[in-house]
Amino acid sequence: MTQNTYIQSYITIQNNEIVLNGTSVFKIEPTDFADFSKQAYRNFDIQYPKFFKMDALSKLAFLGSELLLSPIISAEKENNIALVLANKSSSLDTDVKYQESISDKENYFPSPAVFVYTLPNICLGEISIRHQLKSENSFFIFEAFNPEFMSNYSNILLNSNKAETVLCGWVEFFNDNYKAFLCTISKEENEKYKNETINTLYNK
Amino acid sequence: MEALKEELKNKIITTLNLEDIAIEDIADNDPLFGDGLGLDSIDALELIVILDKDYGIKLVDPKEGKTIFQSIESMAAYISANRTK
Repeated sequence: MTQNTYIQSYITIQNNEIVLNGTSVFKIEPTDFADFSKQAYRNFDIQYPKFFKMDALSKLAFLGSELLLSPIISAEKENNIALVLANKSSSLDTDVKYQESISDKENYFPSPAVFVYTLPNICLGEISIRHQLKSENSFFIFEAFNPEFMSNYSNILLNSNKAETVLCGWVEFFNDNYKAFLCTISKEENEKYKNETINTLYNK
Repeated sequence: MEALKEELKNKIITTLNLEDIAIEDIADNDPLFGDGLGLDSIDALELIVILDKDYGIKLVDPKEGKTIFQSIESMAAYISANRTK
């Protein structure tokens, strides 16, 4: 039997601002993403030095997931939280940086630390490592955010008991233009967003 | 040798994005991996790139890295003895 699923929480990161469940929780004067992400990390007092080694896409996904998952992660039991993310530009931002670093044959020193981020699903790995998740995860590339797909995919995972909670959404980063929209969905009743859909929250 | 050690500490902090670590936090004999600076396997590969790019040293046998990258002291000694630039 198909059970109803409910949006539990959501977050949007764009234009130097982080909005959590409709409330602005961090906003600074216009700056580049490197500076914005560092200030956000400091602001939320996150203790995870590996953050600084991540590429921009992973930092973006990490910041969003950190604020959504930290309150619900349990240290006592395994957390069956599936991750389903998508974007338009894949890991192109890092791919371009990496390509530039190997374009000169006379100065050919490919960076292993950059190379490891030349796949978009690495950000799922970073979130999984951070929260010790051994659950389902998938990363999709779409021309634009596809809320229907996200909703259907999340419902299948929840109704087939592949996951107790799904963190799904959009994490797009290219040339310092970025937007992240992430939400958590589960079968736990929650009336707070009963009149909302992933699409309406994404467009707020 | 002291200047080289300082230079290496700077390079490691910058290249490996050790955001919360200052030069003064790294003692010459601190282990770079494990309980010391806590570097990982990707960092080890970046150190091999630093040797090649900045000092003209190509590590033929990556196993050598275990001894060379024990500490700033061991790195500096190896670079001093083998550098080509």
